[in-house]
Amino acid sequence: MSLRVVAAIAAGKLAGTASRAFGRGGGTALPGVVAEKVEPRLVERLAAQLGHGSIIVTGTNGKTTTAHMLSSVAAKAGYPPLHNRSGSNLMRGVATALLDSAGLLGRLSQAERRLGVFEVDEATLPEAVRAIKPRVLIFTNLFRDQLDRYGEVDSIAARWRSTLEAAPESRIAVLNADDPSVAALRESARGPVIFYGVDDRSAALAGPEHAADSRWCAGCGSEYVYDTLFYGHVGHWRCPGCEKSRPQPDVSATSIRLEPGGDTTLSVATPQGKTALSLRLSGLYNAYNALAALAGGLALGFDVETVRAGIEAVDAAFGRQERFEIDGRRVQVFLGKNPAGLNQVLRTIAAVPGEKRLLLLLNDDIADGRDVSWIWDADFELLADGAASTIVSGHRAEDMALRLKYAGFPSDLPVVRGTDEALALALRETPPGEQLFVLPTYTAMLEVRGLLAKRGGAAPYWEAPS
Amino acid sequence: MNLSIRLAHLYPKLMNLYGDRGNIICLRHRCRARGIELTVDELDLGDRLDPQAYDLIFIGGGQDREQRRIVRDLIDVKGEAIRQAVEEGVAALAVCGGYQLFARYYRPAVGEDLPGLGIFDAHTEHPGEDVARCIGNVVADWDGGTLAGFENHGGRTYLGGGARPLATVRTGYGNNGVDKTEGAVYKNAYGTYLHGSLLPKNPRFADHVLRLALRRRYGEVELAPLDDALEEAAHAAAIRVATSR
Repeated sequence: MSLRVVAAIAAGKLAGTASRAFGRGGGTALPGVVAEKVEPRLVERLAAQLGHGSIIVTGTNGKTTTAHMLSSVAAKAGYPPLHNRSGSNLMRGVATALLDSAGLLGRLSQAERRLGVFEVDEATLPEAVRAIKPRVLIFTNLFRDQLDRYGEVDSIAARWRSTLEAAPESRIAVLNADDPSVAALRESARGPVIFYGVDDRSAALAGPEHAADSRWCAGCGSEYVYDTLFYGHVGHWRCPGCEKSRPQPDVSATSIRLEPGGDTTLSVATPQGKTALSLRLSGLYNAYNALAALAGGLALGFDVETVRAGIEAVDAAFGRQERFEIDGRRVQVFLGKNPAGLNQVLRTIAAVPGEKRLLLLLNDDIADGRDVSWIWDADFELLADGAASTIVSGHRAEDMALRLKYAGFPSDLPVVRGTDEALALALRETPPGEQLFVLPTYTAMLEVRGLLAKRGGAAPYWEAPS
Repeated sequence: MNLSIRLAHLYPKLMNLYGDRGNIICLRHRCRARGIELTVDELDLGDRLDPQAYDLIFIGGGQDREQRRIVRDLIDVKGEAIRQAVEEGVAALAVCGGYQLFARYYRPAVGEDLPGLGIFDAHTEHPGEDVARCIGNVVADWDGGTLAGFENHGGRTYLGGGARPLATVRTGYGNNGVDKTEGAVYKNAYGTYLHGSLLPKNPRFADHVLRLALRRRYGEVELAPLDDALEEAAHAAAIRVATSR
């Protein structure tokens, strides 16, 4: 191992220890930043040691939960996963995860048995793929997200295409058949393609949502026609202009049962035969995450029974439907950071019977996106009638309160400064035995999760068990 | 008197960058609260626009791809009617990409110029993909107070002698990041780069637009005051964020 790698690891580990010691959070990115300064090719050098290679998950929504499921699958299969589980998904987050498993001499522990499971930011993908050289690459979906940070949706799609066009022929692409902008990537893939999707039409929406992005065929420009629409622009699509249509998925949910606020069960057809999945997660979007993980696990060569068991063992990834028990109240955190993802959250919560108690936290830090306009594209109207109590906080709480007023919520919602105070008030408004739904943006999620962990005793996110 | 407003929403599916529908939601709310009947007609590709029928025309922002999709339709199918309506005093609000196409032309970073309607004596040039976009919170002073919003555009817009700016930039880039102008005004047509959404947290400007929309048929109308405490709080918060970072 080169001296530079050794020096980079020492510097990174020191930064992580210091960050944790001074209470500056989990050190899920800083060690990577420091180490990459010393050795820019650190990720490439360390990832090359992974005996079973790597799988990468990217896309606008579903990365963290899908990667979480795959990590569990790897563990079930007997390959210790190396996983950037904190959701820190830029190069520095990947570097930090690798550093954490590296000894001071630059060797990964159990290197020959390990499988890398990395979620990667959609804009960072080209760089990450060059360094990690994954065996399998999963694309979940493509929606507008933080336009101030990522630029326009088209530029992300272009990066994905060039990444696939530069890949070796052995690399397997796992694609969501139901998202036309993801399914179109098959034309750029040089290696095998596995499609996943939902065949069960009973999960369809009654009408179209506002938060749809890929409405027009990238090839001929015609507007897609949908026989069935599941959410956003995801469904059974076809192009009336050039006859392109949704590919028949290799891994497909033939029936989905969504228990409101509870488990989700799926019957899935796979190339290895039928299987059934029972998830401890709610909502159609988690059914899609499970299908992505199932297709990814099969692409890695695991048998369907192992993959099923791995996926079913997964509870919520941090901040994604994660549950806490605080003073006899059930608290559940639903990260929502872009219109399409938040609409899925809103539908999932709206399906839970009874009156809802809500805490909404809107931040505009860099990781959230500075632009809060996106809240006007999400359908908060879905919850307006069922809310018994609603508390608003975050750096842009007033914007959120205004959005809610126009969605039909009362115009005098409490706007509370300070996440701690807002959480305390929301808990007081929730009678014992009842449930509080917390809907934060990304940085607000990290904060509220830390507060809940403190009150409820769950592990902080950088130590969460897999 | 029963007041009513008929609004033409141009290309709602194509031109709807981040939160532009918030402007429509806001107008609906402010009309309903005052008993003004607001009818919104969504006009897509191929739909003609009757220049006599509308009191207000709205167009939102879009990516370069969407601008290219609509530009021929905007000019060939609707252009003459929109120009006629604006000349006759119909109110219009054009945001971001829509604003650029209401001006003379848009010269993108790559590819051919996109012609515009020429309602605003202004043109837009994209300085190149390697030049940073104008992204961030904006505060600008307008005749009726301040405007607060968020901008995200690659093109820089320069006003000619026949257009006056909507506002003077206090924080942010505005039209081009150089001359402190933001947006453009011609008769009752307004162009602006501000998302945010613009109208919900700029209630005075929203009412200004409504008054202009009512003026053609009803003359000067006194709008009943609304409880805008939350709107003004969001306005103040947006200014605070824009000026404190």
